[in-house]
Parts: sequence; structure tokens; C-alpha cells
Amino acid sequence: MRRVNSFIGQPVPRLEDLRFVRGRGQFVDDLARPNMLHAAILRSPVAHGHIRSIDISAALKVPGVHSVITGADLGNPMPRVPMRLQPMPGFEAFGQPVMACEKVRYVGEALVMVLADSAAIAEDALGAIEVNIELLPAVWNRDVAAKNETLLFEDKGGNIAMKFRAVLGDAAASFKDAPYTRRESFSTQRHTALTMEPRGLLCEWDAQNGRLTVSGAAKVLFFNRRIIARQLGLAEHAIDMVEYDVGGSFGARGEFYPEDFLIPFAARHAGRPVKWTEDRREHLMTMNHAREASCDVEIACRRDGTIVGLRGHAFVDVGAYMRTNGAVGARNIAQFMSGPYRVPNIEIDVSLLLTNKTPVGTYRGPGRFETDFFRERLFDIVARDLGIDPVEFRRRNLVRDSEMPYTVATIAPFESKDELDSGDYQVTLDRCLAEIGWAEKAALKGKCVGGRYHGLAVSCFIEGGAAGPKESARLKLESDGTLTVYTGSSGVGQGLETAFAQIAADAMEMPMDRVNNVFHGSTAYVSDGYGSYHSRSIVMGGSAILDAATKLRAAMCGQAARRLNCGAAEVALADGRACGPDGKSVTWAELAVEPISVEGAFLNKKHTWAYGAHAAHVSVDPRTGHVQLLDYVAVENCGRMINPLTLNGQLVGAVVQGLGGAFMEQLCYDEQGQLLTGSLADYLIPTAADFPKIRGLVMESHPSPINPLGAKGAGEGGIIPVGGVMANAVADALSSLGVEPRDLPLSPSRVWQLVQDARRRRAATTTID
Amino acid sequence: MPVRFEINGKPVEVDVEPRLTLADCLRHRLRLTGTHVGCEHGICGSCTVLVDGAAVRSCLILAVQAEGTSVVTVEGLSLEDGLTPLQASFRKHHALQCGFCTPGMITTAHALLTEEPDCDAERVREVLSGNLCRCTGYISIIEAVLDARAAYKNSGKRA
Repeated sequence: MRRVNSFIGQPVPRLEDLRFVRGRGQFVDDLARPNMLHAAILRSPVAHGHIRSIDISAALKVPGVHSVITGADLGNPMPRVPMRLQPMPGFEAFGQPVMACEKVRYVGEALVMVLADSAAIAEDALGAIEVNIELLPAVWNRDVAAKNETLLFEDKGGNIAMKFRAVLGDAAASFKDAPYTRRESFSTQRHTALTMEPRGLLCEWDAQNGRLTVSGAAKVLFFNRRIIARQLGLAEHAIDMVEYDVGGSFGARGEFYPEDFLIPFAARHAGRPVKWTEDRREHLMTMNHAREASCDVEIACRRDGTIVGLRGHAFVDVGAYMRTNGAVGARNIAQFMSGPYRVPNIEIDVSLLLTNKTPVGTYRGPGRFETDFFRERLFDIVARDLGIDPVEFRRRNLVRDSEMPYTVATIAPFESKDELDSGDYQVTLDRCLAEIGWAEKAALKGKCVGGRYHGLAVSCFIEGGAAGPKESARLKLESDGTLTVYTGSSGVGQGLETAFAQIAADAMEMPMDRVNNVFHGSTAYVSDGYGSYHSRSIVMGGSAILDAATKLRAAMCGQAARRLNCGAAEVALADGRACGPDGKSVTWAELAVEPISVEGAFLNKKHTWAYGAHAAHVSVDPRTGHVQLLDYVAVENCGRMINPLTLNGQLVGAVVQGLGGAFMEQLCYDEQGQLLTGSLADYLIPTAADFPKIRGLVMESHPSPINPLGAKGAGEGGIIPVGGVMANAVADALSSLGVEPRDLPLSPSRVWQLVQDARRRRAATTTID
Repeated sequence: MPVRFEINGKPVEVDVEPRLTLADCLRHRLRLTGTHVGCEHGICGSCTVLVDGAAVRSCLILAVQAEGTSVVTVEGLSLEDGLTPLQASFRKHHALQCGFCTPGMITTAHALLTEEPDCDAERVREVLSGNLCRCTGYISIIEAVLDARAAYKNSGKRA
């Protein structure tokens, strides 16, 4: 790596913005093709039942309808959505068929697809289809699932898809002699990533050459190409996955969904381009849900607050099927419940429960948001029991710099081992406390001022990043001496083009404006790509660019050596010229009469661990349950920073998403398994008026030892601790009433109810006394 | 049926189905794809355009209702080269990430600053609370709009 650089670490304004602020971004629904058909999908109106008949005859007669496709048209066996992460054989039976044909298992499951001359006609035709479904009772929550009276998959004998266990040390032994133990139960609610851009696809089939083009692909394009190739019986190289601008992913957009088979199939079936854009109601009932988990957890401590053991059982509602990454949240809840803390003995079971609801997948900080809420809430309860200051309790148990790398619990059955790579967790905690003015505000804790109770809370967290195994990058020196960057990482709105241009310009020692363009995501750019998830793009894609730059510089030196009649090692590349030992030089443009193109890669088996602390100051109105966020400080250390402007944007944006999860967002179902929150009038996310004061602070010591950039994956850390921090702040504010929130979201009605319950308890106790 | 209105300063006549929304007319008939459709039920604000100067959700009105009006989209608030002060302020403050909500933010903020170039942070928050953004957390958007006020004050009702 260069010792001196000029772009990495600078708050470079984003290159992407130049098109976005002028309305020149290009999102998939902006595309149109001559002779294009539009697809619309009929979705199950009920949660659970046997399909008895589907009558499409009237729909076929609607003028402008090209074809009506049911499950029977899709081949035998019906293609299923495969697992991308944790693809264990035990999950296969629960894979989602791309269209329901015998049974429906959730509201929103695809039943019929109509292709027509316009989206409006296709939707008209959906209304003419008659479906007869024999209703079954709905498995709509954990309790009903656990009874196993109604089964989603009858031949499986139960509604548990699988169980994992996280183990470290000997939890049973640690509890045997522990002087203090406490058992608690917590829960987090179902919510979702809710990207602002709805999903869409435009697929084109070139019958003459047997080629398929899929526009609107996102996140993991190479993996999804492998699935489509297998399912449609095509060679991978016969499929181009094209990434346009993507209006957010947060883990959810770009995973392989049933439509990722249906629309390519439709294009080949019709022999015409087919476009599909979901509406917001479809989005809320079909895109991956997340976060619905509950946990019975028990902690063992010494009297001085030193944690000796953690054990428990978590239950994750995975919905009706196991989709591509549906097990990640459950894995993370178990494996990372200890977070940044030293917990020597752990035994956490987690059961993945099938219910008649939309299947789940990853949402920013998957499992980590949930498990941090469980842990941090438990810690504050324990600290109060033991009479220890909650800050001191955390300080005592944080993993120390000297203990790195620190091994965390291992997950069975797939033996996923992990270790924290580096960091000084005390420093970010101290900085966070100083920044929010903890010492000065401490006098307000639990105080009532003007009818509102004030509360303070702080939590520490870790954020995993940089999932392997590999990323690729290609650098091309153009014949005008400029540089073009191609990468397998994919853009989902996070500012990849700017960050990668900074990294490439530094590595090549050239001005940023000589970097033409950063092309990313699409399968045509590099031989093999892995995409953007698990906060991996900067570390993996950025390190691949460094490797490609080393190779490009070598190739340029070789080329220059021939021109300058010297050895390649004698050539110096600087200021757009290649100079020989005798002072003669050629320009980069002269070197690249034929453009020079090289491919680089970065391979990695370890994870980076960004870390930090969040603190909040709230005031709570016990009469209404309203929680006002007065101040919020998020401190994160991400190793070496590439662009502080975009990093801070990730941090603050993620905090506000987390506040949505802490206070307002909830996907509600009734006892029939009907989704009650199918519009943005029902599913509330934060608005500009809700949380005016959030401060993000990024620190930069402890570069990651596992990659040449020294960077750590960031972008998820901002959301991870928010639920725990907010619940602890509310508990602190209402401590005089004895309020202990154990469930999210902290909606006004829930906080109000907690206050009522606490008062009733107090009154009852007083009467007995 | 035919509908005539002015789009970004130029007269236009489009033959539309009565049920076509203004948003779909702009995007798919006039190919002005800077206006984005995020919810089609008037909550997210991504499709906001100016109709006779007022910020309007183009998913909630029909194209035929635009008859005789002057419609301005994000393209109409942009220069051929370079950025307007409002756009430059969005870039400077990192007030966008994925860029999907941005055109709606720009049109809404432009309407606000044109009418109220002296608005305070609370007013900006109130007006922009009808535009959802999932990426930024809004803090930077508010800063960008406040920072752009100067341009609207100096140039009267234009920026």
C-alpha cells in the first residue's frame, strides 16, 4: 500500500450525486423496450390453504392480454428459491416454489402471472381470474407454531425448520456455582428494510442466439445468474445480469425472489421483452421480512458484575419458507449475543419457526439488532440488581485490546467459527459518554421535568463485515491515459463509485478526475463477482482494486521498459508519465495505444469487526407514552476510513432506520394470517420531523489486520444497538415507576400501557403492605 | 383523450387514457423518468412535481387533471451543465444516498424555498415530513435545504 495518499480519508463529494440530483439516475422502471410486455402477478389473498382450482379463461379474453401463466406451466418439478447462505440439506424441503401450485402458505404468495400490453391491462386481467382455495387455520405466531396442530409442511411433523446452537466454554458448569443469576424474556417485532425503490425487472430473450438479459438485477448478480442458468437450463455465459441504479437494498433488495425466475421465464415464453414493477402493497407482502424474534435468556455473574455465563433459547419466526438468507438472522442472534463483551461460557439455542407469513431474509444488522436489544436490556436490569453503575458494568466486561483476536461462540451444526479482529472498545465507550455529556446529564436520570421523565442509556456493539470468499476488480488504462474501474461489488445506493474511485486513484497515484468511471455489479465487467452484503464492498472490492492496481502498474512498467529500453524495475510511474533511468519518459496515453486491462482479486476467510458505542437522552411523557429523543450520539470505529462524508451518512442513516424499528415499524398480522400493514399509511417509517438530533462520530484507530486497506466493513453498525439503547433510556426515565420494557417497538400505546401496568403493580403492592 | 399542458416550459399534447396518473404520463409517455414512483398512494412523496408552482404528488392526480397547467419536474429544475445551488447543496451535505427520493426532495424543497426563503429548520422539517427517505436519516437533507436558502433570497423567486 502507498504510504502517502491524497484521496483515501478525504470527504470527497459523491460522483453519483451529479446524476441523482438532476433526475438523471437510471432505475429499472425507467427502462422501456420496443414491443415490451408488462407482467402482473396474482397473489394469494389468504394465508394458508389448499388450491382447489384456478380459472384463467376470462382473463385470457381481456383485450391486450398476451398470456396467463400458472404453476402448471412452469415445469415439473417446480423451481424453488435456493439458499444462498447456510445452504444446509435440512433446509431444502422448505424452499419456496416460485409459484404456489398445491398449497398457499402466506398472503402474497404468487399464484398466476399475466403478461399484457400494459401494466394496467395486466392488472385488469388479474381481477378476472377465479381462484378457489380451501382454507386451513393460519399459523400466525410463535405460540400457534409451537402447538404443531396446524403444520405448514404436513410431512415434516412440526413447524420447526431447524435448530442452531451457539457454544463457548461450559455454560452449565458456570451457572452451577454462580452467586447471581437472572432470567428474562424479550422480543422484537417483525419489520422490514422497506427500500424506497420498489423491486423491478426487465428481461429480454434473444431467441436467435439463446441469450437472456436481466436488467434490474442487484446485490448478488453472479450468484443469481447461477440460479437462473440452472433453472432455465442455460449456460451461465448466456445470461447477462445488468445492474442499473438501485434505490436501496439494506440486505433485502437483490436477493433471489420468485419473480427472479418468473420474469426471465416470461421473457423466454413470450419471446418479447417483459417488464415487471411491484407496487408498494406487493412490496410489503412479498419482499423479505425480518427481526421477529423472542428470547428466554439467563445470565450468571459474580457479585462484582463479572459475567461468567449466558444461556437461553431464542425463537425466530422465519415465515412460510426458507429463502436465500433466511437463516442468517437466527445464526447471528445466537452467535453474537455476547457482542463486544467477554462471556466465557455460552449456550444459546435458536429455533427457526415456520409460520404463515412472508418469508424472512436479512435486513441491515440481521439478528444483531435483535440480540443487542436482548443483551443490553438484560445488562441494565442486572446492573441495577447488583447495584453497579450500568457504564461500569459494561466497562468491566468489554473484551480488551490485549485479548484480540478474541474467539466468540461457535455455531452448530455448521461449525461457523469467528473471532473479533481488533479494537479498543473502552475508547469508543469513553468517547461516546464524553460526547453526549453523560457526567453532566447524569443528574437528570429518572427526573421529572415539566411532566416528562428524563432517561439516559449507553450500549456497546460490534459490527461484522467483509464476508469472503472473494471479490474481483478489473482496471483498464485507456488509450487516452485515463483509468476505468470494473468491480464485482454492486452498488445499492451506498456511494461505491466515489469510494472506489478514491481507492483506485490513490493506488495508481493519479488524480481522481482521470478515473473515468467505476462500473460495478453487472456480470459482464469481471470474470467472477460476489456483490454487496455483510458490509463487504469496501474491504473486498477495495482490496481487489489494490491488487489490480499492483498488476496494472507492473504491466505498465513492462510496456514502458520496452519503449524506453530499460528494465521494468527501473521504470518509475508518476504524474501521468513512465520514466526510465536516463530521464526519458513516455506518457500513460502513449503506453496504452492498445488499452491495458488487468484483473485483480482479494480472497478472504476472516471477518472485520467495526465497533463502537451509542448513547441517548430521552424524555418520556407518562400520560401519552410519547418518547422524545433529545440527543443521540453514535460513535463507531471502522478501521481505516475511505470517505468520512459517506461513512457518516451510513452511520446516521442507519441510526434513524433503527429508531424506526425501536419506535414505530411493525408488520402486523391478524389471527387469519392477514397482513394488516399493507401500505405506507399503516407501516410507519421515520419522517423528517421525528428525530432531529442524531450525531455520528467516526474514529479511526485500529486498522483491520486482515486486509491491505486496513478498512472494516461499516454501514450496519449504526442500526445494531438502537433498540437496546432506546429501551434502556425509556427504562431509565421511568425507573421511579418500575417500568421495564421487554418488547419492541416502544410505540406510545405500549409505553403508556407499561406505565399503567407499573402503577397498578405499585398500587397492589402498597395495598398488601 | 387529449390533454394539453406545459411541461418544463414547453407546451405538450398527450393522448391519454382517463385513468392514467400524471406520474405515469410523465414517466412513460413523456419519458421524464426523473420523477419517481415509490408508493402510488400519496405517502412517500418521491413523485412530487410542481403544478402551477405548488408541490403536488403526481401519483395522486390524473394526467387529464393537468389540463391547462404548467408542470415542472426535477428535469425542469436542472441546468444542462452543472448544478443549481439547491442541487449543489444536496451534494455538499451528502443529502442523498440511493437517489430514489431525491427528485421529490428537490421539487418539494424548491417549492418551499421559493415561497419562504426565510424558513427555519422546524419549517423545513415540517414540509419535508411528507417525503420519505430511507437512507439518510434526513439530518443532512435539512442542512442542505437550510444552506440553499441564501440562493433563493438573493435571486428573488428563482434559483
